[in-house]
Amino acid sequence: MNWFRIKSILKLGGKSLWMHRLRSMLTTLGIIFGVCSVVAMLAIGEGASRQAQQQIERLGSTNLIINTVKPPDEQVASGTTSRMNEYGLTYTDAERFYATLPTAQVIVPLRQISQEAWYRNRKLAIEVIGTVPWYPEIASLHILRGRFLTAMDMNYQQAVCVVDRHLAKQLFVFDDPIGQDIKIKGDYYRVVGVVSAAAESAGPADQPVSSSSAAGGVAGRIYIPITTVKIRFGEIKIQMGGSGAQIEKVQLQQITVKVQSSDQVLVTREIISRLLSKFHKKQDYQIVVPLELLREAARTKRIFSIVLGSIAAISLLVGGIGIMNIMLATVNERTREIGIRRALGARKKDIIVQFLSETVLLTLMGGVLGIVLGSIIPYLVTYFGDMPTVITGSSLILAFGISGAIGIAFGLYPAYRAANMDPIESLRHE
Amino acid sequence: MSIVRTEKLGKSYQMGLVQLHALRDFDLTIEPGQYVAIMGPSGSGKSTLLNLLGCLDQPTTGRYFLGDEDVSQMDDDQLSYIRGMKIGFIFQSYNLIAQLNVIENIEVPMFYQGIREKQSLRRARELAELVGLGERLTHRPTELSGGQQQRVAIARALGNDPLLLLADEPTGNLDTQSGTEILHILDLLHQRGKTLIVITHDPQVAARAQRVIHLLDGCIHHEENNGRQT
Repeated sequence: MNWFRIKSILKLGGKSLWMHRLRSMLTTLGIIFGVCSVVAMLAIGEGASRQAQQQIERLGSTNLIINTVKPPDEQVASGTTSRMNEYGLTYTDAERFYATLPTAQVIVPLRQISQEAWYRNRKLAIEVIGTVPWYPEIASLHILRGRFLTAMDMNYQQAVCVVDRHLAKQLFVFDDPIGQDIKIKGDYYRVVGVVSAAAESAGPADQPVSSSSAAGGVAGRIYIPITTVKIRFGEIKIQMGGSGAQIEKVQLQQITVKVQSSDQVLVTREIISRLLSKFHKKQDYQIVVPLELLREAARTKRIFSIVLGSIAAISLLVGGIGIMNIMLATVNERTREIGIRRALGARKKDIIVQFLSETVLLTLMGGVLGIVLGSIIPYLVTYFGDMPTVITGSSLILAFGISGAIGIAFGLYPAYRAANMDPIESLRHE
Repeated sequence: MSIVRTEKLGKSYQMGLVQLHALRDFDLTIEPGQYVAIMGPSGSGKSTLLNLLGCLDQPTTGRYFLGDEDVSQMDDDQLSYIRGMKIGFIFQSYNLIAQLNVIENIEVPMFYQGIREKQSLRRARELAELVGLGERLTHRPTELSGGQQQRVAIARALGNDPLLLLADEPTGNLDTQSGTEILHILDLLHQRGKTLIVITHDPQVAARAQRVIHLLDGCIHHEENNGRQT
């Protein structure tokens, strides 16, 4: 089969499809929608799994994150009896984890405070992260310059800080941040290191930890030894609301526990859950297991795959049958042509190739249109449904392949019928 | 070596309970370069004979040698090859393919024999010139008169330089003048040494052939020789 033959066969197929433009177009609708849903399905699935992977990457698959959550409804009831609303994880919780978790490799307590940072006459809204020197073990944090916090810093409650790159750039502009002093709430902290910005490699604190971290417009993060934070910032936060002052006392916003391998995660979670429920009367904590996020993403992906997959399968099936129907009609219409070709030396094989390539050409065109339409859907899903979608090259190739395969599958029977017509009868056909 | 040799060729059809013998013990030998007309009333077996000689059908009994090959035992692919390579068909209703233009129609038999594009295009042009259609290569069959269409069909039949040209009522759909032109072309081909079989009702067409074979009830009734006796 040389190029000339292929070209002639395709040209012929194209010609006869073009002769029945409207019919060809309507026939391929099923294929178009089918391929469309295949592309959309794969894009949504890929988006979901990428998002999950990113989350895992960010949170670490061996991490368990325990967040402080403001207990719901409780606030009103307790607010009337005592002005102080005390809740959340405590240093004692962290101590208990150290003492009782055999699987824990690293335990990182974290304190988070929204504050303003001053450098000379520049002011920025920042987030103070009070943490321990081994914080980088649970967060993918890169030290760009200087160093991170040390045990010395923590033990002696040093007034030092590590800033993220983004913040450093805004606050110091042209000055070298290392060795400079930042003023936060009346105290000065010396910058000892610069790390990659939170947005680039967000730590676990990026999760919705508490109401304070949800505040937008934060320029960046300043990491300060947790002991320093404890003595300088205290644990009481006063929030001026419409109905008066609300006083909250929160010791820790987050404790992250890292275990050795991912199969210990669920066991550890169970232990933590029991431990916390013993000492916390209110449900003021939440345990986040990144592994479960992955499972949830897989569930979303599966639901979408089932729904769109069945739409795809049904429309491809219906489309395929429609195409078969049209091709049978075409074969019937062109009986005489088939007879002529057979009389002039065409083998059965040649007739099969001719009609099959016409069908495949039709479905491939449907496939291309379906891919074009199907590439728009994920954008709409992302835009309106707020779900990440990713169109990969391989999914397009797959969709194209499917449309070709449909052409072959549903074109074979009409082509076979065409090839097996009796040449004498066909020549007599009007 | 003769072009066509049949030995006790027979074809029968089962029509309900009755077996219909369309052709019985048919012996015919045609030598290279002969111009043979086959005549006979409807139902005399002309069409059956045409289908058998044209390798569109297989005989029930007997043998058929085309050139030196026994085609009566061949399978479908081999028959297709023989039809494309050794036989040139000229039909009463021209049977051109409507979607293709003149040059593409002429190329069809060459296409199925895998002739290269350049070569087949050149040959198709030559043949179009030969039948006097050198000016109308890109016309569609519907844009041509009946006579012109039949000329395209003749050019197409010559594509692979076949052993045998089989014409089935070639002038049946044409007016007298176009018919005469077509017969002239057939004469010309005969003069160039082609072997022709023409199936016809028309005595004037048959008059141009060397041998006229009259069929009746599936057998040769009698044979006339025009001009030279054989």
